[in-house]
Amino acid sequence: MTALPASTPKKLGLAIDLDICVGCHACVINCKEWNTSNYGAPLGDQDAYGANPVGTFLNRIHTFEVKAPEQPAQTVHFPKSCLHCEDAPCVTVCPTGASYKRAEDGIVLVNESDCIGCGLCAWACPYGARELDAQEGVMKKCTLCVDRIYNENLPEEDREPACVRTCPANARHFGDFADPESNVSKMSAERGGLVLMEDQDTKPVNRYLPPRPKADIQTDGDIDILAPFLEPVADTPKGLLGWLDKALEAI
Amino acid sequence: MHPAPSVIIFTCISGLGFGLLTFLGLNFPDVSGWTAFWFFFIAFGLAVGGLVSSTFHLGNPQRAWKAFSQWRTSWLSREGVFAVLALMVMGLYALLVIFFDTKIAPLGWLGAALSLITAICTSMIYGQMKTVPRWNMSSTPVLYVMYSLAGGALLAGQMTAALVLIVFLTGFQIYAWMQGDKRFDEAGHTIESATGLGNLGKVRLLESPHSGENYLTKEMIHKIGRKHAMKLRIISALFLGVLPIFVMTFMEVHHIGAAVLVISHMIGLFISRWLFFAEAEHVVGLYYDKR
Repeated sequence: MTALPASTPKKLGLAIDLDICVGCHACVINCKEWNTSNYGAPLGDQDAYGANPVGTFLNRIHTFEVKAPEQPAQTVHFPKSCLHCEDAPCVTVCPTGASYKRAEDGIVLVNESDCIGCGLCAWACPYGARELDAQEGVMKKCTLCVDRIYNENLPEEDREPACVRTCPANARHFGDFADPESNVSKMSAERGGLVLMEDQDTKPVNRYLPPRPKADIQTDGDIDILAPFLEPVADTPKGLLGWLDKALEAI
Repeated sequence: MHPAPSVIIFTCISGLGFGLLTFLGLNFPDVSGWTAFWFFFIAFGLAVGGLVSSTFHLGNPQRAWKAFSQWRTSWLSREGVFAVLALMVMGLYALLVIFFDTKIAPLGWLGAALSLITAICTSMIYGQMKTVPRWNMSSTPVLYVMYSLAGGALLAGQMTAALVLIVFLTGFQIYAWMQGDKRFDEAGHTIESATGLGNLGKVRLLESPHSGENYLTKEMIHKIGRKHAMKLRIISALFLGVLPIFVMTFMEVHHIGAAVLVISHMIGLFISRWLFFAEAEHVVGLYYDKR
């Protein structure tokens, strides 16, 4: 049923640190690898080796430039996947009940055997978190690796979403936002976790930890602050080099 | 938004069909026997044809019957349910009128109400989308219902009603276009608000997540149709309203004239529906620094 649960005892989701993400796309690849070979239909590609490759991904990294007046520009890598909203519009618009939010932990999923591929849920999502798979004709989205996090066949350290597990910079964190003592809740409280597109009233669970303010570096017009440290230490040559220097100047 | 032909045909044609059914249910025109048969034949043809066309854009149309289940929350599901109810009630009504020369007025009224509700449900599929500010306004359902009724009146040969409705429709469509132009900015969506990085400075996309297209950019960031938007609006308004109004006011309308009127109105309707999709901008475009 596409009615949303009134509340969920757990609110599983991700805290994504925009200050730390280096934009390596490792999470994109590991997400694709895990989710194409496990739960549900594989993530199809079209024209994969041709001129116009297109494919289904559940996680994508945008890279933005942020520029304040009189300040050097700043690069922010911005991973984007489903935010597992509490008031998920993608769930309520679904005509078949394929799209649902789990009452126990708040994960938003698609029951692919009920999905007719009408695409309405993707229209309803402001974040672009859903993609219709062109091969299978069903809607694909982040499952929060529901087939990993509860999977007792995996070693305990692997029971977290593939994107979190693979991140070499530790920019992605998985946890329960309903528990104020969880790692992600604490991190979000400390850093002022961003709610993406709050004006859409979707109440996302995921939080984005904003970039920390940059140190106010006084450059005196010289933007290269490291250059002075790289200048040659010996400015007057001695010994053989000193003789050569004098001899060459005399010519 | 990508203007998929199947969806444009569906919303236009089934809207007209249910509009005609509304008038037939209210006993306009007062017909029976073979004449009634042809009126109902056209109405059901349009309504059912449109609904069938809507399944062409589905990824798995064989499961379309499951779409009747979620009427409590989903406008798309409600539309399916009301469409079937309207067709069943009007089917029974038509059967009695054509073959038994019996008119049960309350049954017709019920069918007319259900037909009108179906048109409202169709409009709300789009009107509910907060992610598409141009659709997410009260004029969307009003417009869809007016299109349905104006076209229905024309098909039912109710010239006075058609004239009045088309005058209002054309004026309201122009108003809706102008309101729609302001909606995205009024909603206050920018790349800064979307990324939440506005407090750090001006934001622009430095690198796209991928070098090519994806489902989202193809489906929701469709710019081609907007290039000639203003010209298309004028052409649409001419065919939709100006020409039919002129003909109905100054000429004697017979069968061929009526056909010309209907065709002209439908051309205008199709162009305006194309623009309804092509001009609509989805907020997800902001993450791609596009609209």
